[in-house]
Amino acid sequence: MMDILVVLENKSGSIHRMSLEAISGAQQIGEECGLSVGILALGENASALAADASQYSVEEVLYLENENLNSYTADGYSAAVAQVISAENPHYVFFGHTYQIRDYVPRISAKLKRPFLNDVVSYTVDGGKPTFYKQSFNSKLVSELQTSGDGPVLVSFQSAAYSSENIQNGSASTRSVNVDLDASVIKTTPEEPFQKEAGGVDLSKADLIVSIGRGIGKEENIPLVQELAKVIGAELASSRPVVDSGWLPSHHQVGSSGQTVAPKLYLALGISGAIQHVVGMKGSKNIVVINKDPDAPLFEIADYGVVGDILEIIPKLTEALNG
Amino acid sequence: MKICVLVKQIPGSEATFNVTPDGRWIQESGLPFEMNESDIYALEEALQIREKMGEGEVFVVTLGPDRCQKTIREALAKGADRAIHIKEEAPFCTDPLTIASVFTQVIREENPELVLSGLQSDDLGFGQTGVLIGEMLGMTTATLVVATEIQDEDIRVKRELEAGWFQWQTMKLPASLAIQSGLNTPRYPSLRGIMTARKKEIKDVSFNDLRNVDFLQSFKKLSIQHAEKHTEMIEGSVDEIVSKLVNVFKNEIRIN
Ligand SMILES: Cc1cc2nc3c(=O)[nH]c(=O)nc-3n(C[C@H](O)[C@H](O)[C@H](O)COP(=O)(O)OP(=O)(O)OC[C@H]3O[C@@H](n4cnc5c(N)ncnc54)[C@H](O)[C@@H]3O)c2cc1C
Ligand SMILES: Nc1ncnc2c1ncn2[C@@H]1O[C@H](COP(=O)(O)O)[C@@H](O)[C@H]1O
Repeated sequence: MMDILVVLENKSGSIHRMSLEAISGAQQIGEECGLSVGILALGENASALAADASQYSVEEVLYLENENLNSYTADGYSAAVAQVISAENPHYVFFGHTYQIRDYVPRISAKLKRPFLNDVVSYTVDGGKPTFYKQSFNSKLVSELQTSGDGPVLVSFQSAAYSSENIQNGSASTRSVNVDLDASVIKTTPEEPFQKEAGGVDLSKADLIVSIGRGIGKEENIPLVQELAKVIGAELASSRPVVDSGWLPSHHQVGSSGQTVAPKLYLALGISGAIQHVVGMKGSKNIVVINKDPDAPLFEIADYGVVGDILEIIPKLTEALNG
Repeated sequence: MKICVLVKQIPGSEATFNVTPDGRWIQESGLPFEMNESDIYALEEALQIREKMGEGEVFVVTLGPDRCQKTIREALAKGADRAIHIKEEAPFCTDPLTIASVFTQVIREENPELVLSGLQSDDLGFGQTGVLIGEMLGMTTATLVVATEIQDEDIRVKRELEAGWFQWQTMKLPASLAIQSGLNTPRYPSLRGIMTARKKEIKDVSFNDLRNVDFLQSFKKLSIQHAEKHTEMIEGSVDEIVSKLVNVFKNEIRIN
């Protein structure tokens, strides 16, 4: 029996980076609150993942293999994990806030009628109990979350809320668990995943990046930044809305659904700083942010900041660097 | 095909937020409000499915206070056939399970084959309302949807996975899909659309009348984000800013 159950995600045969972060978070919170930690692996490689996870300092590692879980479906995964949670009855169930977690964990919440605190960034401990916090209102505010009722609370952690480098090693026992899962529950037929054909530039190798967001206003303004990027000798990157609007091809996109970059200079022009963008660029050595909104969340991770209008600044900056 | 689209009104990303004295909500007066971004794409997808099939109905459902009328009218002007406004008064509900259960009561009665919602609301950011509704109504569900194809009793959808991967899946209808931005090119309302929207039906229902479960989750207290890094702010006239930036690029960051 464990107080915190961490559910792993299988990423091409190994444990997803964000599941490791969730284990690290669970160990930390467990230690501060006196709660024991267990792990659940499920799906095709569950026993191999469980063997891998047993090297960490946790109470025990459960693994669930079932022919109806060999390929991921929200139908199968939500039904199976809900059953394991009901049987083990932990106080908390932790996940990394991955795309797969977004897809099936809300269904567990509805099945169990228990809250799902998503995308949590931090916690505090009061009276031996954790209180969780998440970002809200365009990442400009942090909200303290309150839950009520009896039974497990589901929590997913935002990328990098905890570092997998702090994970404690140990040796845990493993245990096989079963669920009653009828094939008729699965009303979804998945096809093979595929990768978008690689095209354009590999921004991860770029030393200098000029990146634009929706603040550029319209497609007609794109040449302004192309010129600036040229005089700096930088690659051009963007936030998602610029790609969604068709102003730049998708290989320019930085963020959780685009590329991850770590250049010497990341010059962010008219980008607000949503977490899905930030995860793709926060490793940059020097972050320079220009935004007309002094409260733009991206300023929080900036080394240099300018509150101003990019449409005024860009042409003059190009000119000055050219001279 | 009958399609339900959830359309939410949220404060724009450039809004400056002040927290109310009780710490539970934001001061709303003077804030710009707009349609949530992924909902704009969800609505467009619904309209395109209706057009492609040559028949069907698209109705929108919005939960929120009176100010949401503007967003509802915008959806009607773009081509939705009618709307249901679940009226809510402050203090606003911040429990996704309650929000979803209130939606399901309205949607169950309508019995649509497809429910489309946005992937995430930019204010509360639960990223779960559409999936919760799907589960509560016994529908199949999918998130991060970037393409749809209707096939008789089924729907085939393309989902975005992490790091540039994608996957198609075929699901039984009825289905509830959470739409990712960028999958189509949202239209602007036409002048004619704006005129006809005035005559379209908006049915008002009350959140409090429909609420039948206890809150299991809430925002206890909102606060401003704190900076992680020391930021050197560069100030002055545009010309001063530019020359300081050039100096930072050349002498601090050493770009060449
Ligand atoms: C699952 C998921 C995955 C996502 N993946 C990604 C991703 O990979 N990459 C990504 O970027 N986003 C991604 N997003 C979207 C993300 O949540 C934000 O919506 C997006 O990053 C916002 O882009 P933006 O900052 O350009 O636009 P906005 O948030 O609209 O910000 C525009 C900014 O420009 C400023 N501005 C406007 N005009 C001017 C001017 N003239 N001068 C100066 N400043 C100005 C404004 O003050 C504002 O801060 C994802 C979202 C989800 C839910
Ligand atoms: N109050 C609301 N009114 C209308 N739609 C909503 C509301 N809350 C959530 N939704 C829908 O559910 C999606 C996900 O919201 P959330 O779960 O809050 O991130 C949104 O993009 C909307 O499509």
